[in-house]
Amino acid sequence: MAKKSIRLRASNKGGVATVKALITHPMETGLRKNKKTGKKIPAHFIQTVSGKHNGKEVILCEWGGAVSKNPYLSFQFAGAKKGDSVELTWSDNKGGSESASTKVR
Amino acid sequence: MQRRTFMKGTLAASGVAVAVSAGLLSPRAVLAAWPKSAFEAKSVPDALSGLGISTTATSGDIKIKAPDIAENGAVVPVTVQTSIAGVTSISILAEKNGSPLTANFVLKGSAQGFVATRIKMQKTSAVIAVVKAGGKAYSARKEVKVTIGGCGG
Repeated sequence: MAKKSIRLRASNKGGVATVKALITHPMETGLRKNKKTGKKIPAHFIQTVSGKHNGKEVILCEWGGAVSKNPYLSFQFAGAKKGDSVELTWSDNKGGSESASTKVR
Repeated sequence: MQRRTFMKGTLAASGVAVAVSAGLLSPRAVLAAWPKSAFEAKSVPDALSGLGISTTATSGDIKIKAPDIAENGAVVPVTVQTSIAGVTSISILAEKNGSPLTANFVLKGSAQGFVATRIKMQKTSAVIAVVKAGGKAYSARKEVKVTIGGCGG
C-alpha cells in the first residue's frame, strides 16, 4: 500500500459539513473461494472507521465483510467552519490501519 | 486449570490487543468495539439483538436511498437519512445476506442523521435501516432487486 488508501473531502453548507471518503481496500468476506485452488480467500475487511471533527469523534463505523470493495463512506455533522480539520481512520481485521485528514472547505 | 483460563483470556484479548496496538483506538473505545456476534448472526433479529436492539418500530422519518434494481450486487449504494432527533446509531442490514448486518454507524456529538455507503447483497431482498434514538429503535425497509449476487462472486 504505497499509495494513500484514503481519499477524503469535506464540504460545508450552512454549518453542516458533508464528508465523503473513498478507501482502497479489498474487503474480502472470507467466504469467497479462489477459483483455481478452490481454497477460501481469508477474510480481510475494515472493521472500524472513525471520523473526527477537530479531534473529537463524531462517527464510529463498524463494518462487516458485506461492505463493498473499495468502500465509500459519507456522513454529515453540524457546527463546521471553514478550515476545521476532519480526520478519518480505518482499521481492519488483520491489524492494518491508516488515517487521513483534510480541512473543511 | 489456571493456565487454561489464562490462555482463553489471552485469545479473547488478542483481537482487542491488535486494535490497541494499532494505536488508533483508545482502550476505552475498544471495549465497545466491533460487535462480532452481531456481524456473525445469521438472521435479522439475531443481528439486532447483538447490537442490543430487541424491538423496532416502523418509522416514516427514515429515508433509504437505494436503487430499485441493482445490476451488480457487489456494489449497492445505500444512503440512509433520518429526521429523528438525537440519533445515536444507524445500522444497515441486507435481509437475505448470509450475515444480514452489513454496517453499523455510531453517531456522536454533532453528527447528523445521515450516512451513505456501498454494500454487497447476495440476492434480491430488503435493505433495512435501523435507527437508534433516545433508547428506542426505529426501522424502515426498501426492496432492492439484485440481478447478479455480490457475495461469493
